[in-house]
Amino acid sequence: MSLSRQHELHKRRFSRNLGLGLVLAAFVALIFALTFVKVTREEFALPQTEGAN
Amino acid sequence: MSDASLNTTSTQTGDAGFGDYFALLKPRVMSLVVFTAFVGLFAAPVSVHPVIGFTAILFIAIGGGASGALNMWWDADIDQVMKRTQSRPIPSGRITGDEAFAFGMALSAIAVVMLWLATNLLAAAILAFTIFFYVVIYTMWLKRWTPQNIVIGGAAGAFPPMIGWAAATGSVSVESILMFTLIFMWTPPHFWALALFMKSDYANAGVPMLTVTHGRRATRVHILVYTILLAALAIGTAFTGIGGPVYLTVAVVLNAMFLKGAIVIWRRNEEQAAEDNYRTEKKFFALSLLYLFVHFGAIAIEAALVPFGLGGW
Repeated sequence: MSLSRQHELHKRRFSRNLGLGLVLAAFVALIFALTFVKVTREEFALPQTEGAN
Repeated sequence: MSDASLNTTSTQTGDAGFGDYFALLKPRVMSLVVFTAFVGLFAAPVSVHPVIGFTAILFIAIGGGASGALNMWWDADIDQVMKRTQSRPIPSGRITGDEAFAFGMALSAIAVVMLWLATNLLAAAILAFTIFFYVVIYTMWLKRWTPQNIVIGGAAGAFPPMIGWAAATGSVSVESILMFTLIFMWTPPHFWALALFMKSDYANAGVPMLTVTHGRRATRVHILVYTILLAALAIGTAFTGIGGPVYLTVAVVLNAMFLKGAIVIWRRNEEQAAEDNYRTEKKFFALSLLYLFVHFGAIAIEAALVPFGLGGW
């Protein structure tokens, strides 16, 4: 079995790497959006520190 | 068997494509999980921020998909025997069992933790229990041991709307239990109809489906009994907090159709079924898919009408 540049194995590997890259990028975007929504909601409050009362 | 062997030798490179990993998540089952979880979340009497709602549904779906991957890891031997499952990534050799196990475990952990962070601990705990129930209780224990595998194991597929509801409200209520029960009671007739026309597949794989252990006559009787109970439950749900006129209309029509189909299946014998190549059983199976989709669609419509003063009673 000779491995040329166009071998199907390369295509599968590329699709896996591209897919994983896109999934990770989407995950980062989702975490960002989720954090933004959580901290901008009215009920969000930072934990009280000692002596704050 | 020879087909599976050929596939194994020709594609066992260990270099799976992205699509192979996606196939491990059982996308068709995942679509049902997404839809019912969405309805559970949407029908809840509280408003959820769209980003939080999207995140919740996404990780419920990933959790469901992860349990599908773990199911394929454990059931690779069965999948290699059954025609319907021979082309799955593990039996065809595109992904190894160890890879599928690691993939399923990692995604399960990510899904549960992310659902917890995005919503609440109860929703995450129910998701974790669902994955455990599907993988350990159903796949590892019940599936190969009892003909009641589908009945009890069906609970795993019934949890998503309850998780969606819990994600929105932080609690479990009568309404979410009703949605759970609707899927729980729907699962046996749905799978037994499939088992009737898949004929020898389950027997060859040594899976004790009702058709194998108690025969086809008993399976036809069981389909009818479960369909009668399901119809009572589905129509009764119309008079609860998630029901209303739209749901009631849909439920009456669909349950009449479903009951009629179950009665026809019950009255047929194997000779009649073989004559028309299990046409009635196949039609009943197709109707069962529509049945669940439309019932949950009607629950969503009732919830969508509430802001206009129209939903519910």
